[in-house]
Amino acid sequence: MQVTKGVTCPFCGVTCDDLEIHVEDGQIREVKNACVLGRDTFLHHLKGLATPRIDGKPASVDACIDAAADILARARYPLIYGLDSTELHAQRKAIELADLIGANIDHTSSICHAPSLQAVQTVGLPTCTMGEVKNRADLVIFWGCNPAEAHPRHATRFSVTPKGMFTPQGRKDRTIIHVDVRKTPSTRMADAFIQIKPHSDYEIFSVLTALVKGHDLDLSEVGGVPMEEWRRLVSLMKDADYGILHWGMGLTMTRGKYLNIVAALRLCQELHRFTKFQGAPLRGHGNVVGMAQVLTWQTGFPFAVNLSRGYPRFNPGEFSVADLLARGEVDAALVIGADAVGNVPKQAAEHIKSIPLICVDPKESETTRVAKIVIPAAQAAVAAAGVAYRMDHIPLPMKKVVDSPYPSDREILDRIIAGVSARRPELVRRMRPAASAGA
Amino acid sequence: MTQAPRTQAFRIRGGRVYDPANGIDGSVKEICVEDGRVVRECRGAAEVIDATGLVVMPGGIDIHTHVASPAVNAARALRPEDHRANCCPRRPGLRSGVGNTIPSTFNTGYLYARLGYTTIMEAATPPIGTRHTHEELNDIPIVDKGCYLLMGNNEFLMRYIKAGEMDKLKQYVGWLVTSLKAYGLKLVNPGGVEQWKHGKDVEGLDDRIDHFDVTPRQIIQALAWANEELGLPHSIHIHANRLGIPGNCGVTLETLRALEGRRVHLAHVQFHSYGGDGGWSGFTSRAKDLADYVNAHPNVTVDVGQVVFGDATTITADGPWQYRLHKLTKNKWYNSDVEIETGSGIVPYVYREKNFVNALQWAIGLETFLLIDDPWRVYLSTDHPNAGPFVFYPWVIKLLMDAPFRAEMLKRVHPRVASRSLLPGLTREYTLNEIAIVTRAGPARALGLRNKGHLGVGADADVAIYPDARDREEMFERPVYVFKDGRIVVRDGEVVETCPGRTLYADVPADDRLIKEIGDLFQAYYTVEVENFPIPLEDLAGHEAIPVGRPGARAGESR
Repeated sequence: MQVTKGVTCPFCGVTCDDLEIHVEDGQIREVKNACVLGRDTFLHHLKGLATPRIDGKPASVDACIDAAADILARARYPLIYGLDSTELHAQRKAIELADLIGANIDHTSSICHAPSLQAVQTVGLPTCTMGEVKNRADLVIFWGCNPAEAHPRHATRFSVTPKGMFTPQGRKDRTIIHVDVRKTPSTRMADAFIQIKPHSDYEIFSVLTALVKGHDLDLSEVGGVPMEEWRRLVSLMKDADYGILHWGMGLTMTRGKYLNIVAALRLCQELHRFTKFQGAPLRGHGNVVGMAQVLTWQTGFPFAVNLSRGYPRFNPGEFSVADLLARGEVDAALVIGADAVGNVPKQAAEHIKSIPLICVDPKESETTRVAKIVIPAAQAAVAAAGVAYRMDHIPLPMKKVVDSPYPSDREILDRIIAGVSARRPELVRRMRPAASAGA
Repeated sequence: MTQAPRTQAFRIRGGRVYDPANGIDGSVKEICVEDGRVVRECRGAAEVIDATGLVVMPGGIDIHTHVASPAVNAARALRPEDHRANCCPRRPGLRSGVGNTIPSTFNTGYLYARLGYTTIMEAATPPIGTRHTHEELNDIPIVDKGCYLLMGNNEFLMRYIKAGEMDKLKQYVGWLVTSLKAYGLKLVNPGGVEQWKHGKDVEGLDDRIDHFDVTPRQIIQALAWANEELGLPHSIHIHANRLGIPGNCGVTLETLRALEGRRVHLAHVQFHSYGGDGGWSGFTSRAKDLADYVNAHPNVTVDVGQVVFGDATTITADGPWQYRLHKLTKNKWYNSDVEIETGSGIVPYVYREKNFVNALQWAIGLETFLLIDDPWRVYLSTDHPNAGPFVFYPWVIKLLMDAPFRAEMLKRVHPRVASRSLLPGLTREYTLNEIAIVTRAGPARALGLRNKGHLGVGADADVAIYPDARDREEMFERPVYVFKDGRIVVRDGEVVETCPGRTLYADVPADDRLIKEIGDLFQAYYTVEVENFPIPLEDLAGHEAIPVGRPGARAGESR
């Protein structure tokens, strides 16, 4: 029995790094400290594995990589997409490949928290690492998110129960408010639940900001909630020592989209006249935050990047995955560590099925079922080491706890890059050696 | 040390050589390069580089820049409008990028190399984000690089100070440096960033920090002591309290006085040399007071943080200052408080010639350069990108070398500057030798980099060869050749070859005596496992250990 401690979980953006994994005969037998989602990720790592194939017929991994390079070397307007369920070095390689062939590159943020990224571009962001929530936050507001089901250990590690430096009594030192259009399992964690009308978030944040600024509004209710309740919330916010607003896709994917977040962040910024008040999206299926990070440092932009002119361009709506596919623009696609077909709108899914599609994934998915080429990979954080980013941008090492017969995403991408380079030598021709000035 | 692939040997002939560390001031001298080092004589066949009529210098060294850190990347994510101002297409063998005030990583390496710079120091990384910083540094090609750990608001450190446990404090600092492969220790607004976690700041060195009951003075003195005890190659690197606030000169001088007898590097001193009573109407220059102090105290080195007019992005761990700048400018604002360690803030900014404050800030930087007598202790920086992007270094060099150009600029900026500044009366012009000191030899010495900043036998073969143009801006923005580790990486101002560059780190011997206690503190107050904190050498693309010295063995400026 081999026991590995301090293992980082790849499932969600809480990125717990305290798991203990017991392995026997190459199989994971026991997972300690993880939530049910994390435990299943490790215990079921051998279930539903993908197999290498081309056009539905079994093929060797080498042949699959070769065929993938062939498609990408010839594509005129390719898309590289996915990249949440993998690790930093593979993400880095995917961007290198996109740069090489002039591809569009986008990741799953595009269909979840991209509006949060756009809002930050618009007004900025007052935020903190999750340790500050643990050590300091005495008021935590969950708005349009459901951490109890999506980020199960957020509450116990960061935001609700943990005892920290200035929160020695843990739960007793915190007031928890849940705001949503309906009750969810997260409601049980809260001291108070405020049920609002769907699509009223922007209006509510605007009103709260006005109240913080000292304007008295002649309204009886906003978003289906009496003004009295909002006034109480504003007092709570102003009186907090350290407040934080966590939001989820209830804000990003409803009417108003990024403007909802802009309004929320303006409220947090305005509250700084009275106290410290932070905002932080509850992000992360897998390592999507890492992809946004490395894409930003290599291209300047966090998602929806186009490299077809040879330099990075950013334009959500033009270069974002759903739009590129729905307009039928891309002529080949490489999907890594994500289920594109299962998660994009129907029209977009129809197009991706109609073009040469390469899928790199440890597991079968709706995407592998329709892909022309399926390349199975060693699962990051289970059978491949690397780096993952937590939702607050803290990077953590991913360990390898079992072996896989398949190469890692990083190695697969490296070999595809080599294959494309061999087919398109003009892309990688080494520059002339500098001539001697004296000769 | 990871070896970069080495190539053939070169004889650089006929150039006028400026190698101040070896006392060579513009004489014609052959420089031989082999296996990545400067050698006395090439053993075999060597390619001849005809440098006749050209100026040969060691590769440039930036002692203070912000190019890779969680905050730098947050700034990139904050400013798509900034990137669109400058798009850099991919070329075979080179990566694409963007880059106005916050260049993408590959472009950062190319842009530095194109100026003849071969070593840069990221001046602020929070310990918990240092894995990120190294990942970014791995993607900054060509140049060698290092990073300074943000320590001036560390809560564990403050606990040790309060308890008087100085030996533990030293072990803790050493553990951080060695675990995180850092180069030096940075203090940003010591104590003030901790106060910002309650929405406050500190006013002076003897304010007491809430809950921890220690003062900025104690933090500064403890870290200066630990730095010397550990024998780190660089002194402590301080961004003093009250940055950017009129009247802050008093706190700056008090900080220096608190460190008499110890090595100290004061960062972007321009931002800390302000007179006045706290309001902007009485804003004046006190560069002369700072310069007088530096002239009289050989334990002090400074970099300037010269203001460059145009776009800037302010990125600093100084959270309370950034909030003030946000309120002042109404520009968008990012802030992140970092558990146990520090914070950060980002605000886009534009320096305008016709704005009195900006124009006086510009003049204060130049006064600092011109009033400090010893060029070995004042270094060129724009605190990139806080006072402007590093790509404007050639423009700053022209201002230093060309008094008529300076006078012309002075006529263009806000008219009140001429009467509020000593600049009109300063006729000093930097020589090429002095430029080689403030951009190369001086920073190398302050950093304790014995193989850099000079062209003596055994030095790293990082060489910049410039045309001897009358216009010094043109000269320094377009080197004819740049060698990195003995390979030609830039020809006629363009990158022709790339290499990864090495990450330089202080080689503090591992000392795990405190690890149990640190583990308990992590368990109680951090949100990551202590075993996942250290960064193994394999995670650095290339690396070189810089030896630490005996306590006190590296004192001051003497050679």
